[in-house]
Amino acid sequence: MLYLTRKAEFAASHYYHNPELSPEENRRLFGKCNNPNGHGHNYVLEVTVKGEIDPHSGFVVDLKQLKETMHREVLDAMDHRFLNKEVPEFRTQIPTTENLAIAIWRRLAPKLTNAKLHRVRVYENHDLFVDFYGEE
Amino acid sequence: MKAHLSRRYRFSASHRLHSEQMSDAENRAIYGKCNNPYGHGHNYVLEVTVSGQVDPNGMVCNLVDLDESVNREVLSRFDIENLNMRPEFADSVPTTENLCTVIFDLLNQDILKRKFTQAHLERVRLEETMMNSFEYSGD
Repeated sequence: MLYLTRKAEFAASHYYHNPELSPEENRRLFGKCNNPNGHGHNYVLEVTVKGEIDPHSGFVVDLKQLKETMHREVLDAMDHRFLNKEVPEFRTQIPTTENLAIAIWRRLAPKLTNAKLHRVRVYENHDLFVDFYGEE
Repeated sequence: MKAHLSRRYRFSASHRLHSEQMSDAENRAIYGKCNNPYGHGHNYVLEVTVSGQVDPNGMVCNLVDLDESVNREVLSRFDIENLNMRPEFADSVPTTENLCTVIFDLLNQDILKRKFTQAHLERVRLEETMMNSFEYSGD
C-alpha cells in the first residue's frame, strides 16, 4: 500500500454563527470569528489517497485526474468564495475547519475511483489544521 | 463525526544533555556538543493534536480552551527557561524525547483533571530544529 498526497491552495472567507444560540452566546463562543461581515484565510488542502502501484503505469493514481477532481469538486466551488453564503453545505453548518474537512471529504470520496481516499487535511493557517479520515 | 485538530505553538529554551549516571568522558562520547557545560538553546515548535466528535458548533475542541491549557501547562513552564533547572527534569536528561513525554503527560493530566474538552489528546509532536522532530502518543 502506498500513500500519495497532493496539495492545493484556496482563499475563502467565512464567519462562525450558530442560529440556535443567542447573539451574546455566539459572541462569547466564537469571539472575533462571529463578525457577520466575515474574514478570510488562505487555506491549504492536502488530499492523501492510498492504493497499490499499477504495474502498467507505476502510479498509485493518475495525478492529473486527482488534480482535476480536486479542482472541479473543491476549488471551483470554494476558491474566492464566501463559504457561508456560496457553498451549499454551509447554509446549514458552521464553516469551521473541522466541518470544511468533512465537506471536502464528502465531495471527493465518491469521485475518486482509482485510489481510495485516506485523509483530508485542511490548514486554516500554518499553525492550525484538521485531519479527517472518513465517517466513523 | 470524528476529526483530528492540530495546533502549533512556539517556545525557546536552553538545555544541556548530561547524565549524572555517566562519567564526563561517557557524557562527551554520547552527547557530543550537546554536552557543553554552558548549554545551548532551541526554538522549539510544539504541535498538539486532539481528536473527538465534531460538536454542533462545528468544533472538536474550543481553541481558546486549548490555548489556555498549553499556555499554562507548557509555555509558562518552559518558554525562555533553562530546562535543566526545571523540576520536571530533576531526575532525567532534558532530551527532546523526554521533553515530548513530559509535555504529553502535563497536557493529558490537565485535560483529564479540568475536563475543559471532550476531546482526547492524540499526539504531541515536538520540532527541535527544522530537521529533527519527535512524536509521543502516550504509552
